[in-house]
Amino acid sequence: MAKFKNIEEKIFIALMRLSTGIIVFALLLIVFSIIYKGLPSLSWEMLTQTPKGGFYFGKEGGILNAIIGSLYLSAGATLVAFVIGFPVALFMNVYLIKYKRFVQMVRFFLDLLWGVPSIVYGAFGFTLMIFFGMKTSLLAGIVTVSLFIIPIMVRAMDEVIKTVPIGLLEASYSLGATRSEAAYKIVLRQCFPGIITAILLSFGRAIGDAAAVLFTTGYTDHIPTSLGQPSATLPLSIFFQLGSPIAEVQNRAYASAVVLTIIILIISILSRYFSKRYEKHRINF
Amino acid sequence: MKFFLLNRRFRDKSHFIWMTISIILVILLPIFLATGLIIKSQPILSTNEFSSLLFSSEWKPLSGKFGLLTFIVSSLWVTFLSILIAAPICLLTAIYLTQYARRYLLRAMHPVIDILAGIPSVIYGVWGILVIVPFISNYLGPALGKETSGYTVLAGALVLAVMIIPFILNIMIEVLKTIPDALKEAALSLGATQWQTVKRVILKKAFPGLLSAVSLGISRAFGETIAVLMVVGNVTRIPSGVFEPGYPLPALIANNYGEMLSIPMYDSALMLSALVLFAVVLLFNLASRMAIARYEKLQ
Repeated sequence: MAKFKNIEEKIFIALMRLSTGIIVFALLLIVFSIIYKGLPSLSWEMLTQTPKGGFYFGKEGGILNAIIGSLYLSAGATLVAFVIGFPVALFMNVYLIKYKRFVQMVRFFLDLLWGVPSIVYGAFGFTLMIFFGMKTSLLAGIVTVSLFIIPIMVRAMDEVIKTVPIGLLEASYSLGATRSEAAYKIVLRQCFPGIITAILLSFGRAIGDAAAVLFTTGYTDHIPTSLGQPSATLPLSIFFQLGSPIAEVQNRAYASAVVLTIIILIISILSRYFSKRYEKHRINF
Repeated sequence: MKFFLLNRRFRDKSHFIWMTISIILVILLPIFLATGLIIKSQPILSTNEFSSLLFSSEWKPLSGKFGLLTFIVSSLWVTFLSILIAAPICLLTAIYLTQYARRYLLRAMHPVIDILAGIPSVIYGVWGILVIVPFISNYLGPALGKETSGYTVLAGALVLAVMIIPFILNIMIEVLKTIPDALKEAALSLGATQWQTVKRVILKKAFPGLLSAVSLGISRAFGETIAVLMVVGNVTRIPSGVFEPGYPLPALIANNYGEMLSIPMYDSALMLSALVLFAVVLLFNLASRMAIARYEKLQ
């Protein structure tokens, strides 16, 4: 019997190591297979030009329209989400600090919203768009994507802001600060790295999402010059190019996938860097 | 002096008003979502019975037949298969990282999990087409004596499994971290081996939390769109095995947004599928979040 339990333990430890290995292997496999396949087709021309005539038959041009479109869209959506989301996160943790049950309920709501798939937001954005008589445009995309990332941003900020000790708030009140001053001057500074991380996280979500923009942002070969115009986005450009039967165009899809992966990796590294860098402004208790 | 005071009061007030407006917006958002989708799916619900839409597999938009069963069954196949793959891997890894491995390994795994969670859906789809689909059609299919193009339910489930692993794993690690060390020590001091402790004490204690993690994973998997759409084949037929192509609900919505305004009732049918998706995901989320909340209270 004693032997059996040791054998069992050994087997399970081996299985656990295997599973951990599988996860690491999966990440490496994803990153390397994308880069291996996409890098040869990646060229300077692709990054700096918009599609020319016959681009979708393998002729000249690049995906600058999609790169710029994606950046516009995500920056806009992140901005809107920040303007609405940041006050919510502060409100929950500074103004409503006494109403624990209510805050708990709001958190619960936000968690529910976080779980809603982006395609549902896309369908909802589409109904909104029709309701207001808009066409597919950058603006419609920004509104839809910001709805989609607000819960993510608020919850990420909330997780950081809730660690601010109440003593810090009390100290600033006792010095005569109003509540909004305590929120925007003290809490913001104390949680700065966490807030940057939350913003970058939401930005990454926004730039990578395809399902929500599918309905609302449209697709065009031009770089949009106003909010009312449709816009290309990187995930959709990958998706559409991959659907082509022409090998040249497919290779470009892989190259675009490399671009998107690199953007995501840069965001991930940046958020790590920022969270370390501004750590020193914190007051430690 | 007085001017400054007024100014500060005014600013405080205006911040307060904006915060209140924002929080009301956020709270109303799910209600807006539901109402919008319900209003949009009204036309089809008023002409067809709800149950006949859900349980009929006849999908002929041109003749006004919108049975969603095929898509619902496909969604269930893909979702449960992916959970079947992801859940054991997550559980074993979470146990390993929190109970067995040295601390630096857990720290080293955090960026891996974060990056996996951050990779966009469409990249997973590209990866699926590059690696998983050829693997199934060239190796796995022939090895099991099946001829297949690779664009199958299995491919969708495999890609989906990798996508939801970081999500489930994160929650499981958090759950296992909350188990008090005293419990572990008590079991060990009674002569149990570490694995016995894990099996009989830790897993038992963490069970509700772990179950919620899996159920959140289910809801995440159910709504995933682009990655699955790219590898699952999209054939309107109820899949009879894992080597058959499928056509899940989100893929249906995403694939047909272009023509939905040109065929009568089509948009309404698609909005109904979005509503079904929303309801299912909300239900799973609600159940598991409530379980987690209760579990945290017990700790």
